Amino acid sequence: MKSFEYVITDPVGIHARPAGIMVKEIKNLIGTTVTIAKGEKSANALRLMAVMQLGIKQGDTVKVTVEGGDEAAAAATLEKFFKEHF
Amino acid sequence: MITIQGKGVSTGVAAGPLYFYRRAKGTITRFTVEDRDAEWQRFKDAQAKAIEQLGELAEKARVEAGDEAAMLFETHQMMAEDLDYEETIQGLIMDEGQNAEAVVTDVGAQFADMFATMDDEYMKARAADVKDVSGRIVGILLGVVQGGIDSDVPVVLASDDLAPSETVQLDKSKILGFVTSGGSGSSHTAILARTMGIPAIIGVGDQLKEEYEGREVIIDGGTGIVAVDPDEDTRVHLMKKREEQLKRLALLNQLKGQPNETKDGQKIKIFCNIGDPSDVAAVLENDGGGVGLFRSEFLYLNCDDYPTEDYQFEAYKKVLSDLNGKEVVIRTLDIGADKQIAYFDMPKEENPALGNRALRICLNRPEIFRTQLRALFRASAFGKLGIMFPMVTSVWEVKEAKKMCDQVRAELDAEGIAYSDDVEIGIMIETPAAAVISDRLAQIVDFFSIGTNDLTQYTLACDRQNNDLGRFFNAHHPAVLRLIKLVTENAHKHGAWVGICGELGADLELTETFLSIGLDELSVSPRSVLPLRQKVRETTVSEVRERLMNDLMSDANTI
Repeated sequence: MKSFEYVITDPVGIHARPAGIMVKEIKNLIGTTVTIAKGEKSANALRLMAVMQLGIKQGDTVKVTVEGGDEAAAAATLEKFFKEHF
Repeated sequence: MITIQGKGVSTGVAAGPLYFYRRAKGTITRFTVEDRDAEWQRFKDAQAKAIEQLGELAEKARVEAGDEAAMLFETHQMMAEDLDYEETIQGLIMDEGQNAEAVVTDVGAQFADMFATMDDEYMKARAADVKDVSGRIVGILLGVVQGGIDSDVPVVLASDDLAPSETVQLDKSKILGFVTSGGSGSSHTAILARTMGIPAIIGVGDQLKEEYEGREVIIDGGTGIVAVDPDEDTRVHLMKKREEQLKRLALLNQLKGQPNETKDGQKIKIFCNIGDPSDVAAVLENDGGGVGLFRSEFLYLNCDDYPTEDYQFEAYKKVLSDLNGKEVVIRTLDIGADKQIAYFDMPKEENPALGNRALRICLNRPEIFRTQLRALFRASAFGKLGIMFPMVTSVWEVKEAKKMCDQVRAELDAEGIAYSDDVEIGIMIETPAAAVISDRLAQIVDFFSIGTNDLTQYTLACDRQNNDLGRFFNAHHPAVLRLIKLVTENAHKHGAWVGICGELGADLELTETFLSIGLDELSVSPRSVLPLRQKVRETTVSEVRERLMNDLMSDANTI
């Protein structure tokens, strides 16, 4: 299991469009389960509406956890994705 | 005739048969299915079809309105195949044997509710998306034709409110105008109507009855009136208005982008008076050169308590950004007299027109003024700003107000907050005192804007709301016009520009006089811009100046 923390800089937070691209990206990570957590609440990152309902806003810290498959590569890919989109 | 009053959100008059938008809503039935696997497959097929349609819509939107619009449908696609959504639907069909259209309707509503109750405006708005997607799948399950209009002739389209995907799919050649029972000025329907340049009226509620289907209606997007089965008088009145509108449109096409220049080459700026950030659309539509008067009172009138700096900043910033570099003159708080606000808790005055109002309140209560000035200077980083103080009578008032501007700039410097270096500072000339000492005032400001409504009232000592004073109140009184001439000369002597932001500015009978006097700017309501431009372009100042100025300054006691 690998994880990283990220502070959201996008003014709208994790909104629908990039969250959707994220779902597509994660589908390509074969055998890896990705979880996004904000505080106590967490969601499987493949589930778009569940992720949106975390209500992640600008300034929030999220914790992204990857489990299974090539964890190191998956975490690196996702960290880059977060920096670019959120 | 049945008259319905709604809120006009896109101007224009349209006449035609009323037609209710056809959609699947409200026609689903509930039953238990025998073959649950087959029902699940029915859902999967409808879902696949919906995703395919949304892909096509995304491409259509990309061509018609760009990537931003396409994204909406791509998001809908993702929602349609969301795992939580799909699994919830699967559970209700496979475990409980409910029929697909009932399940999708319920689950759609349930997911929409989850968004609607979130503490975030953006996420709240996503509720409409979930409903839209679910409605699409239900429509496919029921075999409903997409597109909503099944009519050979163009119609006035009625509905509750149209979802974004519905507005994109509409056959635009069939729509004369919109009437919706719900909606807001920034709803997709309103935006579409303004883009198409056709009238739209929203918020008519349950006055709009399905039994009116097919009956003749005339709608007026300016006043928000819907006339069902119009009588002869209404028809004549509204059709005349429609003709005027078409004429105005023709004028617009002919004059848009043309300079405000007389035949002999004298130029004048024609700006707009606005009272709300949403008026900017009208400024751009009518080709206004900028905003000569943005009344900031609405910010205070819309609140139950003093509006915060951030709240004001956002409003100013929006107008400045929307004007995209064109000058915006914002007038600082102008209340008192006929405009009272409860939370200011102002003592009752015997004579409010001559009382504690406008800049006087600001100088007496600097904490209120400071908040507004900070918001203004912060917003100045986003466009070309002019700040204007109302109700000036003395030099010291302007100096004190300018000193507060300096203090605010110093504060922002210390806090490292950006603002523009070329904010213009000006004043309203609306008291005879200010007009008479305009030579002194011109040296300490960048511009004057003559508020002719108050200047006339104070100069003639005549309340224009008082109907008994009719013949004593003369908007063309030579005293007022001579003051305007004096103010203009004094401004120019000291390098300040001068404009008019009262109703007189749009008075076409005086356009030649104003050009002869040499005013630099006229700020008028957006719809007056083009008629005024036309008048300017027909004028040859050198032919009329001498006669008009001689008449104005002559001692002949004819008036």
